[in-house]
Amino acid sequence: MTTIQLVAGELEPHPDVALVERVRGGDVSAYDTLVRKYERQLFRIAQHITQNREDAEDVMQDAFLKAYEKLEQFQGNSKFYTWLVRIAVNESLMRLRKRRTGKMVSIDEDIETDEGSVPRDLADWAPDPEQNYNQAELAEILRKTVQGLPQGFRVVFVLRDVEGLSTEETAETLGLSIPAVKSRLLRARLQLRERLSRYFRRNKGIQKGLPKKVL
Amino acid sequence: MTCREFLALLDDLIDDTVTAETRAELQAHLGRCGHCEVVFNTTKKTIEIYRSHEIYDLPTGLRDRLHAAIMARCKKGC
Repeated sequence: MTTIQLVAGELEPHPDVALVERVRGGDVSAYDTLVRKYERQLFRIAQHITQNREDAEDVMQDAFLKAYEKLEQFQGNSKFYTWLVRIAVNESLMRLRKRRTGKMVSIDEDIETDEGSVPRDLADWAPDPEQNYNQAELAEILRKTVQGLPQGFRVVFVLRDVEGLSTEETAETLGLSIPAVKSRLLRARLQLRERLSRYFRRNKGIQKGLPKKVL
Repeated sequence: MTCREFLALLDDLIDDTVTAETRAELQAHLGRCGHCEVVFNTTKKTIEIYRSHEIYDLPTGLRDRLHAAIMARCKKGC
């Protein structure tokens, strides 16, 4: 029996549920709609993890094909999108493993353990600092900055903050505990903030004065 | 509230998952700590910038090609 998936706080089933049911009934055009809806997100996630455009293209295709093959295994008690993301994350990690000639790759690698670190660069940013760069420059800054994060932080940041998954969904997708997701998200956000400060801080001449003793 | 305690709750404040009472304590800390105010504002801005800018664009031509390849294989039963 299929569990009916509900939108939080509402009695209407999530629209994806009806599409999935149509695909299960043999309607391929319903799958076309689901692919159109989520292909950009899956491509982005794959690109963030593999950091390689060709791999991201392959991962996106493979993830949708795998999801189609395994659609019978999809349980209506989780969101179709979250289920799809989990497949894409696993495909991306497999792709990385292949590139590294079989070396194990997990979202736990490169994780530092210094939990007590506090922000160092205290410079305030200019108002709307991104407006000091054109679109191409800004995209390059944002790419370089997020690529510099350890993998385990980057994936959590991308799923939570860029793709909008909840903490619980991110934990479920990555096989992590909720405290682990929260801890990584905080570290990721603070590291990105610090790295972006190099580009977005106010000019030194007009830098806002800050108290010396703050911690 | 110390800065370290503030930092431990920074994400909850940004994600708006704190109680009204805790929020008031955090706001009070922000009111007297320029350091944490900068960290709070710039961290929020960091998230906002990443949410609002597409850094891995999928051009329409490539998107259509990938889409067609996926659907062709699905129609064949993968």
